[in-house]
Amino acid sequence: MKRPGKLITRSSLNVTFNRRTALIGGAQGLVGAILATRMAYISVVENERYKMLSESNRVNLTLIPPRRGWIIDRHGKPLANNKADFRVDLIPQRVKDVDATIEQLRDILQMPPDKVEDLRTAMKDARGLQPVPVASGLTYEDFATLSVRLPDLPGVAPQRGFSRQYPTGAAVGHLLGYVGIVNAEEYEKNRNPLLITPGFKIGKDGLEQYFEPQLQGKPGARKVEVTARGKIVRELGVQEDIPGKPLKLTIDGGLQEFVARRMGRESGAAVVIDCQTGGILAFSSMPCFDPNSFSDGIGRLEYAMMSQDERVPLLNKATRGLYPPGSTLKPMAAIAALQNGVDPDETVNCPGGYRLGNRFYQCLGRHGPVNMTRAIEKSCNTYFYAQAHRLGYDKIAMVARELGLGEEFDLAGANQRYGTIPDSEWKLRKYKQAWTASDSLNAVIGQGYVIVNPLQLAVMTARIASGRKLYPHFIPNGKLAPTLPYSPEHLAIAQLGMAQVVSQGTAARSKLPLEGITMAGKTGTAQVRGFGSGSRGGAGVPWKYRDHGLFIGFAPVEQPLYATAVVIEHGLGGSRAAAPVAKDFMTYMFDPQKAMDSLLALEAGWGGNISERMASEFAAFRARSEGRAPQTPPDEPTG
Amino acid sequence: MFGFVPRPIAEMPWQIICITLGIAGFGVVVLYSAAGGSLSPWAGTHAIRFSVFLIMALVIRLFNEDFIKLWTYPGYIVVAVLLLLVELVGAVKGGSQRWIDLGFIRLQPSEVMKPLVVLALARFYELLPIGQARNWRAVWPPLVIMGIPFALVMTQPDLGTSIAIVTGGVTVMFLAGVPLRLFIGAGLAGAAFVPVAYFFLLKEYQQNRVLTFLDPESDPLGTGYHISQSKIAIGSGGISGKGYLQGSQNQLEYLPEGHTDFVFATMAEEWGLIGGLVVIGLFALLLRWATFVSLNAPGRFGKLAGGGLTMVIFFYIAINLLMVTGLAPVVGIPLPFLSYGGSSMMTIMICIGLLMGIAHNTRQSSGSGGRVID
Repeated sequence: MKRPGKLITRSSLNVTFNRRTALIGGAQGLVGAILATRMAYISVVENERYKMLSESNRVNLTLIPPRRGWIIDRHGKPLANNKADFRVDLIPQRVKDVDATIEQLRDILQMPPDKVEDLRTAMKDARGLQPVPVASGLTYEDFATLSVRLPDLPGVAPQRGFSRQYPTGAAVGHLLGYVGIVNAEEYEKNRNPLLITPGFKIGKDGLEQYFEPQLQGKPGARKVEVTARGKIVRELGVQEDIPGKPLKLTIDGGLQEFVARRMGRESGAAVVIDCQTGGILAFSSMPCFDPNSFSDGIGRLEYAMMSQDERVPLLNKATRGLYPPGSTLKPMAAIAALQNGVDPDETVNCPGGYRLGNRFYQCLGRHGPVNMTRAIEKSCNTYFYAQAHRLGYDKIAMVARELGLGEEFDLAGANQRYGTIPDSEWKLRKYKQAWTASDSLNAVIGQGYVIVNPLQLAVMTARIASGRKLYPHFIPNGKLAPTLPYSPEHLAIAQLGMAQVVSQGTAARSKLPLEGITMAGKTGTAQVRGFGSGSRGGAGVPWKYRDHGLFIGFAPVEQPLYATAVVIEHGLGGSRAAAPVAKDFMTYMFDPQKAMDSLLALEAGWGGNISERMASEFAAFRARSEGRAPQTPPDEPTG
Repeated sequence: MFGFVPRPIAEMPWQIICITLGIAGFGVVVLYSAAGGSLSPWAGTHAIRFSVFLIMALVIRLFNEDFIKLWTYPGYIVVAVLLLLVELVGAVKGGSQRWIDLGFIRLQPSEVMKPLVVLALARFYELLPIGQARNWRAVWPPLVIMGIPFALVMTQPDLGTSIAIVTGGVTVMFLAGVPLRLFIGAGLAGAAFVPVAYFFLLKEYQQNRVLTFLDPESDPLGTGYHISQSKIAIGSGGISGKGYLQGSQNQLEYLPEGHTDFVFATMAEEWGLIGGLVVIGLFALLLRWATFVSLNAPGRFGKLAGGGLTMVIFFYIAINLLMVTGLAPVVGIPLPFLSYGGSSMMTIMICIGLLMGIAHNTRQSSGSGGRVID
């Protein structure tokens, strides 16, 4: 064993070995101590922080979008409410394979090709956590199928919630607007996580947008325990949402719907105002989009159909449509004449027109000698040419403005174009030209530079009928409007002229079919483009060149309750197109059953009610766009 | 000791059996929870594997030291060839491969290489004339012995295992008395080499791991996710833990690899600092036993092999724990006896078996005298 000479070396190696083993052992002990200290540090000193992180891992807080406040009419009937709904959204950031996911959704939900295409496009532009709506109104079976397959479909968010519903659909589109998911710009402005919660929508137009703060409500929250893969293990607690406050309008829901339906296949607008308060009872622009489908995120195809329609369903014609008012301004002109000392009994002879210099201004007939009321009744241009020539239009324009024409009203949600009531100063400013007598003659019959919107016409009518300076509004305010600075006798003459229009004048065919209740009104027919003096855009020209038909009116004559203005675009004439519509919805206010019966008869001839017609139009449009049917021109909208 | 206990049973290495049984038993308990409160798929298999490998270790214990010495070099050569084969198969198949499928087991030659390098170096220094212990000739052959498997494993690429091989080997060199200045010099050279290695030798994912280690929050959902979630699990466990089967990080699958590399975090979340200290304590006992086995070994082979094997075991434990507590980058190194996985457990149990064998040998050669530690 022990060899001489080697002994020392061997034992010195052993000493080295022992020393170095001790060194290593010490180093290992040190590492052990470091580990123990480190662990103690993490789990004791930093415990609170990591506990919090662990909780935020485990607990998933999802916001519950608040139910929007209802919008109700003056009787408390809902114009917009919420329905329980199963819906599904995609969260772009969490989707792994967009194409595969969309394909699976298509198979599960049986989505039509254009919807799939819309979804693809939407996903292309989508970023981050902003949900892209896939479908709403799912059946429970579809919802359940999706929920079960959720682990394989990251980014798909089925949800049970509430969605906005407009029970009367297109009838309230331009009045209420619609709701929609928040777009990127809106989220940039206000980075509230609620805004990108699936199922949350904000008002995008009309009253829905204007009263957003009131309607929105406060979100609830659902705490759930989730796995790392997003599977919900159990619910930890729910805080219910606080629904938005209801919004009560001056609108009469029944009338609103009736008016919209009665407009039929025409393009136009109608406004009905409460003569006692100025509250708007009906506010209609037709045709109109269906806010229900807009709120679900309208399809590309449906939108294409809307924007190609020459009847411009996307335009709110009640406040943004501008029309030459034609003869509907004659009662207003009569008041202006009375204010300026014209004797109402004084007659003007109508030989079928009025000569100004070497030009002859046509009247619609040869009315012979007419006084003021008869001039209104017969819509005699000659009489008003003479008055305008005598007074100058500046004096008439003052009364026009006092009655609300050319005015932009302080009206919630309605984006207005307020048109023009011209006078000499205006013309000088705008065209650097002096006002001429010819301008006065054109203006007094509501042509030339005069251009107004239907709401203004309705306000004018309400003011003439009530003698008060009523302001149109949607939200009941209880304010009493001041009286107009015109004597009641003067207003009574204009009212009498309007009563005669319906009782024996140009709108005699539109008497209310009611016992003891009569309507007063004034028809108007406005040229769309100049065919030369006296020529009219009649039935023989293409629809878009035909004359507009207008009607203003109020009822009952003795104690006016309701004032209205109706514009039927390219309706050929006020007595022919507009007055019958007003007659029917005025009838509705006094005898709904009777009015409804006649409406149903009309609708039978038009091919169904609004939603039925819209559905069949869309089906035809889809068929055309998919090339399944031969290209056919759209139905003549005047019908 | 106890006269009434039959001798073969009394002579069993009860101390180390109890320690390993304790840790592995706790591992079964933790893996039961990692599976959400189920024996399958991990806890049951883990228990069976441990039993099988414990028996294997007890068999290795009985191998004569001469027999082991005899087979050290041939074994080393065979496994080195296998490593090369794995490499070739991987190259043919396209992609990295680390194991050979033997049907009943997937053999990872690199795992077996860890104790084999230690044995081979111990054998080398035993055979080296004592006078040459501080000579250049005491340095280059071990470097070759380590270098071959290191290079092969490194190209797999398996950074953790290749470092483990070198660590075991260098430890044997260090204990064999190779001059200290060489280690210091190599250490300095290594420090200088690190940037070079980082930029030229490491694959991109390995580079990312290092980067992430330096700044885990830079990539909380990518490679930093593991470390972040592990720290959350350990930190949220507090002193006494969230309770058995109550660890949300583990139960809700936020902690990745909670049954393998990050099993310590799974344990710590539910058992807290107390559980962690118990585990660290048990490992300390294990290493203390192993260190004394090596110190008490009479022969140079036993001493050096014991020291190297101890270091191999320590390497696993330390790197894993440093990793899960966020003190080291994520390298795929499991925690002995706790992590689910056959290969690493086999390696550790081979090391334990060899250490038991050294102790057994010590006991036999010293008779009843000396310190009885097995």
